Amino acid sequence: MSSRAIQATRSGRTRRGKQTGWLFVAPFMVVLVAMLIVPIGYALYLSLFRDQLIGGNHFVGFANYIQLVQDSKFWSSFLRVLIFLVIQVPVMLILALVAALALDSARLHAAGFFRIAIFLPYAVPGVVAALIWGFIYGPQFGLTGSFNDLLGSDLLKPFTSTWILTSIGNIVTWEFLGYNMIIFFAALRVVPTELYEAASLDGAGSLRTIISIKLPALRGAIVIATIFSIIGSFQLFNEPNLLKTLAPNVIGTFFTPNMYAYNLSFAGQQFNYSATVAIVMGVITAVIAYVVQVRGTRQENR
Amino acid sequence: MSALTTPEVIPEERRAGSRSLRKAARRPGPSGYRDKKSLGLTAVMVIFLVYSLVPLFYLLVNSTKSQDSLLASFGLWFGDGFHMFQNIHDVFTYNGGIFLTWFRNTLLYVVVGAGGATLLATLAGYGLAKFRFTGRRAVFAVVLGSIAIPGTALAVPTFLLFSHLGLTNTPWAIILPSLISPFGLYLVWTYAVDAIPEELLEAARIDGAGEIRIFFTIAIRLLTPGIVTVLLFSVVATWNNYFLPLIMLSDPKWYPLTVGLNQWSQQANGVAADPIYNLVVTGSLITIVPIVVVFLLLQRYWQSGLGAGGVKM
Repeated sequence: MSSRAIQATRSGRTRRGKQTGWLFVAPFMVVLVAMLIVPIGYALYLSLFRDQLIGGNHFVGFANYIQLVQDSKFWSSFLRVLIFLVIQVPVMLILALVAALALDSARLHAAGFFRIAIFLPYAVPGVVAALIWGFIYGPQFGLTGSFNDLLGSDLLKPFTSTWILTSIGNIVTWEFLGYNMIIFFAALRVVPTELYEAASLDGAGSLRTIISIKLPALRGAIVIATIFSIIGSFQLFNEPNLLKTLAPNVIGTFFTPNMYAYNLSFAGQQFNYSATVAIVMGVITAVIAYVVQVRGTRQENR
Repeated sequence: MSALTTPEVIPEERRAGSRSLRKAARRPGPSGYRDKKSLGLTAVMVIFLVYSLVPLFYLLVNSTKSQDSLLASFGLWFGDGFHMFQNIHDVFTYNGGIFLTWFRNTLLYVVVGAGGATLLATLAGYGLAKFRFTGRRAVFAVVLGSIAIPGTALAVPTFLLFSHLGLTNTPWAIILPSLISPFGLYLVWTYAVDAIPEELLEAARIDGAGEIRIFFTIAIRLLTPGIVTVLLFSVVATWNNYFLPLIMLSDPKWYPLTVGLNQWSQQANGVAADPIYNLVVTGSLITIVPIVVVFLLLQRYWQSGLGAGGVKM
């Protein structure tokens, strides 16, 4: 990753031995340390303590972590975002890939219009997206009722426990489909033309060109998009927290790990345990993101 | 055709070595090899289009309805009468004009937060791309590592830290955490490597220009597409920020639009239910219009910025 950036800097005639660079980097690093490193350290510190009615705040070692490992609420919330991740992320990325390949094919009418229009939902705040879809799903003035009337059935029940993950997945897909499409499209634009000319001379068809040239060229972008989607899934909070008002019986206080951490802090005042949840989720996310990145890069060299 | 291929937005393609020159030789049109338009493919894209635009159309249509006609009419078409201007008026006057306060707060958080984040990321990205200094590799490692840290994992510890410092329930609680954009730094950095020729910097130094002056007169100009991209994505992130203000703020007078709108929406439930769905719908529309307009106006910048920086990894 970014080895090109490092190489380019190394080969350029830069001023060795001088510390001028810090002049530019220092402000960023100061804020990074204050807003990122210090809170992480503080969370680690918190996770090793416990606040009890008798005895007050005292050191408990890894007791909070041991409690978390045995906490079925945490694991059920974790399992839920994992299921969400395994289904929603591939669906969204494959749809984005199809759209990007279509945009890049030069066989579309009004490609520029499609590109910007499909991207637009990304500009809509997650809260507003959840509100709009909540209304659309809703029985009062939504579309679900009209749709079911049309079919003469009650097929769609967005707020039941069997449908709720799909309902949330649809909102997230709607928000980020166009964004991922743009990322893939941008990656396709830098494929050298000679490759297409050579493929065309060899008599390769559209499908062959996609498999042999376009998909390999997209590998880096797919890895990045996957990592960001994994981070997003594990952090799931806004959409379920907003739909909670509409489906209070289906979405509980530990629907996702993030909602669990939030409710532990702000409803239960269990700040130490909440910090433990945050740290464990952070570590799991970072490890999975790292594995995806390493695997993605290794395949590139094959 | 596309902004991606116009020379002034991808300057580095012309200057940075043979590898980039080869890439610059791509054809003017999209990278396909056949130019016959396909109706079938266009039809598939129409499905994507409908999916993307129907919720926005729904919002637009329903912002023309009063609270009563919202509940009485079909969601995807207009109801009795046109109440949009009345709704807009009500949004801005309801509860002593609190919406306007929320709008002003959002602007404050976006201008200071996203503006500051972009400035810091640009300075640091330029510094990393064009200077070698002790600890550079460590900075590199910390920045890449912090991209993977989930922002919300930090929210609770940050809240506790801020409440010790007495910063909760103030604008600082929203602005300070927004100032960090590791991904923005990464974007500017990869962009700066190619966009700013070393020879130009050396020439300026020989002419006796100081580093700060070189940055503000030469570098910023060459980095513009990259900077606009980072700015735009920081603006979206701060404009859409919900989790952080939700936990940091308890006084509605500091709420941004996102938290405020949700409060209005929840007003329909509970014992003293007072549904104002028409205001939530119209308020949502008012919330997304500015940011959609910004995206449309600046599209040639962010599309080229993403193309040049975002996919080089």
